[in-house]
Amino acid sequence: MTTKLLTALLLGTSILGSAGMAYAQDVTLNIESWRGDDLAIWKDKLIPAFEAKNPGIKVVFAPSAPTEYDAALGAKLAAGSAGDLITCRPFDKSLELFKKGNLADISTLPGMENFSDVAKAAWQTDDGKASFCVPMASVIHGFIYNKDAFDKLGIKVPTTNEEFYAALDKIKADGTYIPMAMGTKDLWEAATMGYQNIGPNYWKGEEGRAALIKGEQKLTDKDWVAPYEELAKWKPYLGDGFEAQTYPDSQNLFTLGRAAIYPAGSWEIGLFNTQAQFKMGAFPPPVQKAGDTCYISDHTDIGMGLNAASKNADAAKTFLTWVASPDFATIYANALPGFFSLNNTPVKMEDPLAQEFVSWRDKCKSTIRSTYQILSRGTPNLENETWVESANVINGTVTPEAAAKKLQDGLDSWYKAGK
Amino acid sequence: MAAAPKRPFRWHIVVFLAPAVLVYTAIMILPLAGTLQLSLFRNIEQAQVFVGFENFRRLFGDPNWSVNFWNALRNNVWFFIIHMVVQNPIGVLLAALLSSPRLRFSAFYRTAIFVPTILSFVIVGFAWKLILSPLWGVAPNLMDIVGLKSLFTPWLGKEQYALTTLSLISVWQFVGIPMMLIYAALLSIPEEVIEAAECDGITGMSQFWKIKLPLILPSIGIISILTFVGNFNAFDLIYTAQGALAGPNYSTDILGTFLYRAFFGFQLQVGDPNMGAAIATMMFLIILGGVCVYLFLVQTRLRRYQF
Repeated sequence: MTTKLLTALLLGTSILGSAGMAYAQDVTLNIESWRGDDLAIWKDKLIPAFEAKNPGIKVVFAPSAPTEYDAALGAKLAAGSAGDLITCRPFDKSLELFKKGNLADISTLPGMENFSDVAKAAWQTDDGKASFCVPMASVIHGFIYNKDAFDKLGIKVPTTNEEFYAALDKIKADGTYIPMAMGTKDLWEAATMGYQNIGPNYWKGEEGRAALIKGEQKLTDKDWVAPYEELAKWKPYLGDGFEAQTYPDSQNLFTLGRAAIYPAGSWEIGLFNTQAQFKMGAFPPPVQKAGDTCYISDHTDIGMGLNAASKNADAAKTFLTWVASPDFATIYANALPGFFSLNNTPVKMEDPLAQEFVSWRDKCKSTIRSTYQILSRGTPNLENETWVESANVINGTVTPEAAAKKLQDGLDSWYKAGK
Repeated sequence: MAAAPKRPFRWHIVVFLAPAVLVYTAIMILPLAGTLQLSLFRNIEQAQVFVGFENFRRLFGDPNWSVNFWNALRNNVWFFIIHMVVQNPIGVLLAALLSSPRLRFSAFYRTAIFVPTILSFVIVGFAWKLILSPLWGVAPNLMDIVGLKSLFTPWLGKEQYALTTLSLISVWQFVGIPMMLIYAALLSIPEEVIEAAECDGITGMSQFWKIKLPLILPSIGIISILTFVGNFNAFDLIYTAQGALAGPNYSTDILGTFLYRAFFGFQLQVGDPNMGAAIATMMFLIILGGVCVYLFLVQTRLRRYQF
């Protein structure tokens, strides 16, 4: 009896609730996200800015824990209780949702023209015909350096490989600083901050990445082995016991001022600004010869899509168009320095370090991490193997050629180009 | 034909057994059966299709899987060997020392040695990672004080040392369990037996080897089998100390971490529950095999002494 009564009561309130909403002509949009860290930014800055311009649409940002996000979202989508707007992981995880019909096709959404093809690639079908998420932000790789240390030792910011190693040699000879803060214990530092950081200069960014996916190039080609040969040279410049140095160790070594150069991703900017007591600067991955075109990894990281089952699709589309606008980009990029807007309209940012990173977009060509699109769908997983082999190369336990061969063999075992 | 007077059905047996049987079935037998079943299916076109032993054929036939599987199994065997060779003898030794009537503060030692066992793996993994850290760890400094700095290497980051180091950390954590069990077994040896031995002139070390050790052999057997099961199910320590990829270069990959990566996926690798279940089934069979060997070959030959 009590259960029935309770159900009736609940039903009653829900009807009353929705009736009230209909009366006020208000639509409430729910955003699914894993970025709990951004809750304050959404609540205090982004959502008020949108609601001020679009009366009648209320937005609720409802994040879940990063590790639970994919599973929780899957369950909610299956049960039909997921929010109207869905924060998209790049590439296969979102593509899978699109294929299942959970994400709507938004190729024709007004505002999508504000993004370049590279920016949209993370949330498109393999043939690039349908887009299903609005790109929100990317992270850029490069090197952050201790400006005070460089000034003290009289080192100029290196632009070529030769200058880069000369600088490292000079820091090592002086002995005050560890030349480079990087460890191989967590594996991904070696791959992400190492291989994917300097690699695009060798495989010529998008050109090489596309050729790899088409099967025209192989990981054993000169352009793909060369970054490993460079990584193998890094070993003498890393701190004592770098084999057991973890990612937080590297961060601390640099922010405590004990290391001079940090192979970085731009997402570090926020943390480093609060922790480092010295002036910092940044430089893009050095090119092989002066005058070479430079390439940077400008990796698409986060986007937003429309739940295909949303009952408020029109309002949600209005919101997505706003997410695609320069207004959103300006607020977002300034609130989270290091997460760069992918919008074609340049965004004015206050943070000098973030400005430095984003300025490379003008003089260098952008690409994304080579392993993320299509190539990491099988077993063995190319991205994970790249972690392991990059660490091996820096540890000196495997030669660059052997590492490249292992990766290519693994890829060949399941990937047939052009299929 | 007069029916023999039927004994009334003894309902109370069923009733009293029911809770344990139901709970055990629900949380142990059903999931186990589910895992075995899952390992015989594959996800094809979004539907689970029965494929017989295809997953196992792939696990042993496809080098992309089999190399990792044999590597994990080899590492796991080494992990177990270190425990058997280091943990259990030390456990016996500590128990023998603790049971010595002349030892003072034995209660304190007993507690102190047992405490790591009740710590969480996360704490143990993290604490040892810090202790052994070449940057901020106390290990390099302590070794420097005694002049052994040259022997220090970043153990957890070297392929040839990492697994042994982790095994020893695990030994450090769990040495309290064999110590306690053997300690209890030693205490239960009756005074008369010891006195009789002393009358026959057997004292000191030979008393331990000839009298006490045979009497605690059944306990050592139990400890071995507990160690075996625990080691082949291990996962937490490797995961917290080395991450799911069990680096460097998979040198610390054991069956548990291999299963985790296959079942749940990692980073860009998408989870494959069917292959994961196949690995879990193999782990189950390995453990089952080991336990059977113990039960039928070892335990039946252990002599029991009744006092």
